[in-house]
Amino acid sequence: MSLFDWFANRRKAEPTQQVQPERDISDGLWTKCDSCGVLTYTKDLRANQMVCLECNHHLRIFSDQRIEQLIDAGTWQPLNDDVRPTDPLEFRDRRVYKDYLKATQSKTGLTDSVRTGLGNIEGEPVALGVMDFRFMGGSMGSVVGERLTRLIERATAERLPVFIACASGGARMQEGMLSLMQMAKISGALERHRAQRLLYVPVLTHPTTGGVTASFAMLGDLIIAEPNAMIAFAGRRVIEQTLREKLPDDFQTAEYLVQHGFVDAIVPRTQMKKTLAQLVRLHRLPASVGNQGATSGAPIPNGAAINGMLNGNGFVPESSQHHEVSGARPGLEDAEISTQLPR
Amino acid sequence: MSNSGSLGLLARRYQTIVFALLQRGALRDRKVIFPMTSSPRRPFLLEFEKPLVELQTRINQIEELAEESEVDVTPQLEQLETRYSQLRQEIFTNLSPAQRIQVARHPKRPSTLDYIQTISDEWIELHGDRGGSDDLALIGGIARIGDQSCVMLGHQKGRDTKDNVARNFGMASPGGYRKAMRLMEHANRFNMPIFTFIDTPGAYPGVKGEELGQGEAIAYNLREMFSLEVPIICTVIGEGGSGGALGIGVGDRLMMFEHSVYTVASPEACAAILWKDAGKASQAAEALKITAPDLKRLGILDQILPEPTGGAHTDPLATAETLKNALLSNLEALRQLTTQELRDQRYQKFRSIGVFLES
Ligand SMILES: [Zn+2]
Repeated sequence: MSLFDWFANRRKAEPTQQVQPERDISDGLWTKCDSCGVLTYTKDLRANQMVCLECNHHLRIFSDQRIEQLIDAGTWQPLNDDVRPTDPLEFRDRRVYKDYLKATQSKTGLTDSVRTGLGNIEGEPVALGVMDFRFMGGSMGSVVGERLTRLIERATAERLPVFIACASGGARMQEGMLSLMQMAKISGALERHRAQRLLYVPVLTHPTTGGVTASFAMLGDLIIAEPNAMIAFAGRRVIEQTLREKLPDDFQTAEYLVQHGFVDAIVPRTQMKKTLAQLVRLHRLPASVGNQGATSGAPIPNGAAINGMLNGNGFVPESSQHHEVSGARPGLEDAEISTQLPR
Repeated sequence: MSNSGSLGLLARRYQTIVFALLQRGALRDRKVIFPMTSSPRRPFLLEFEKPLVELQTRINQIEELAEESEVDVTPQLEQLETRYSQLRQEIFTNLSPAQRIQVARHPKRPSTLDYIQTISDEWIELHGDRGGSDDLALIGGIARIGDQSCVMLGHQKGRDTKDNVARNFGMASPGGYRKAMRLMEHANRFNMPIFTFIDTPGAYPGVKGEELGQGEAIAYNLREMFSLEVPIICTVIGEGGSGGALGIGVGDRLMMFEHSVYTVASPEACAAILWKDAGKASQAAEALKITAPDLKRLGILDQILPEPTGGAHTDPLATAETLKNALLSNLEALRQLTTQELRDQRYQKFRSIGVFLES
């Protein structure tokens, strides 16, 4: 699976037109779309969530922007930032893994390739994991496994929906089999989450491949993808070498996965937050629908109990919590704050 | 070598077993190929076994000489044969990871079907994922050992070129993983333990596999194997290649044969990506920590199953016996647990894997 190399499928990035060639992009004031080549005022591009205003191409964004785009301002509570990578195999290829880690950390300001935390999406409390491709290609090692597992366990305990924005080249080879086993570990946590009838939705962004595709990226109750994201198990180059034939252009795109039944919906980035919030709300069915017969065995707390839990944890300011959770939605006071999906 | 006599005996014992099974009808519709039935004396010597060839040649020469001349060469022969087994012992106790891969991929290494047919008293292979395919690279069925019914399944490599093509060299397709899951769910429903045998270079990389959701098929198994309420014992009998191996590898116990390997990515691919040089595969094999002792140290592996000197293929029946005993004793221990304990322990087993810092 880690045979994957996304380079092979990098978008045909050659600019088709050079609209404003005299402008300098080095100061960051202007950003060039890597699909159509058009230069856009960076401020405007950011206002459009880094989606090209000319061609709708979704430029790559990283964890800080993703969190900012999805989570209500002031509600993000990061978790387990102090879980940090080490070098259990004393791995050395052309460079020493330990040094490579340090260099990547100081270059990116990240400690590893996923950030996790709790926060609100349009007032809905959620658990969110965001992978960051800048950090060693979003590769999954022990820290990704541990942070995501803790996130899911926390969400299960607090009966929160889980979203994970995926972006990864696969398992981190420098941690050997420990990396592979993280796939199982995270899947195990998701099994427990699911057994409690709680919602999990991965958001697949460019690129989602290898071990991530063969585990939590494909385990959503529902699976959402960004337009044109590359989603693959085996790398395109590996397949081409095996078959010795040219693959279709749309092979392994989000659209291709929708066609083949593995992704529920493609959601433009500009609609993402709204859609995720909508999903959370839709999965809180009113009690009158008759979901008391939940078979999970665990008591499903009502809104008030959830409210109390949040208070206990204190991660949402009391005022906003009152507004968002208890009072805001007439008719939903008795709603179960849980998901009701067919198993 | 005195070995030649016992090899013949071995072959005959195999034939007896096959015959017995055929009579019972268990194997009727399947081509049965055992590794030792028709092999020459020392087939498929690996590169690092070459020093043994020389010794063997000298032994043969002396034997011939003795027949012709009626000179008593017993002392010389004994000395050479002792030297031979010493040398073999030396070679096999000091195998590098790259050499272990060669043993793990040995064309005569016992396969999933070899083990299943040897250790079970009854065996019925079952087919199909109920979604339009039956993958020959991942086989399974219901077996009986003593008074214990169980579901056994595993990757199946081919025994010759034609068979290997049909079985994709043990690289399973989505349909294979879905068939495996179907059989495991069956085991769960009828309270049968599950024994899985891992022997694959990896899941099959192909257009069809991507189209049918290779990633989804593996992922689904990873999650659902945590939910099963029967004991699951997984054994790496040959090579465990990445996600394709893990797709049937979530269990209460993970065992590995001494010379088996289990890798996050094939050393060839790893070398190509990290060293930018596929020729550095043996270095990658070393760095990736893929051997059974390494994985035991990392807390991933529960038990190492010893192999005969020279590898499992040199004495498949003894190796199968080792496997059978290990399966049964682990099963006995797991049977003492309640369903809840079993599932909790399985979760904790994987939950605790990983090495990181925390302040
Ligand atoms: Zn554009």
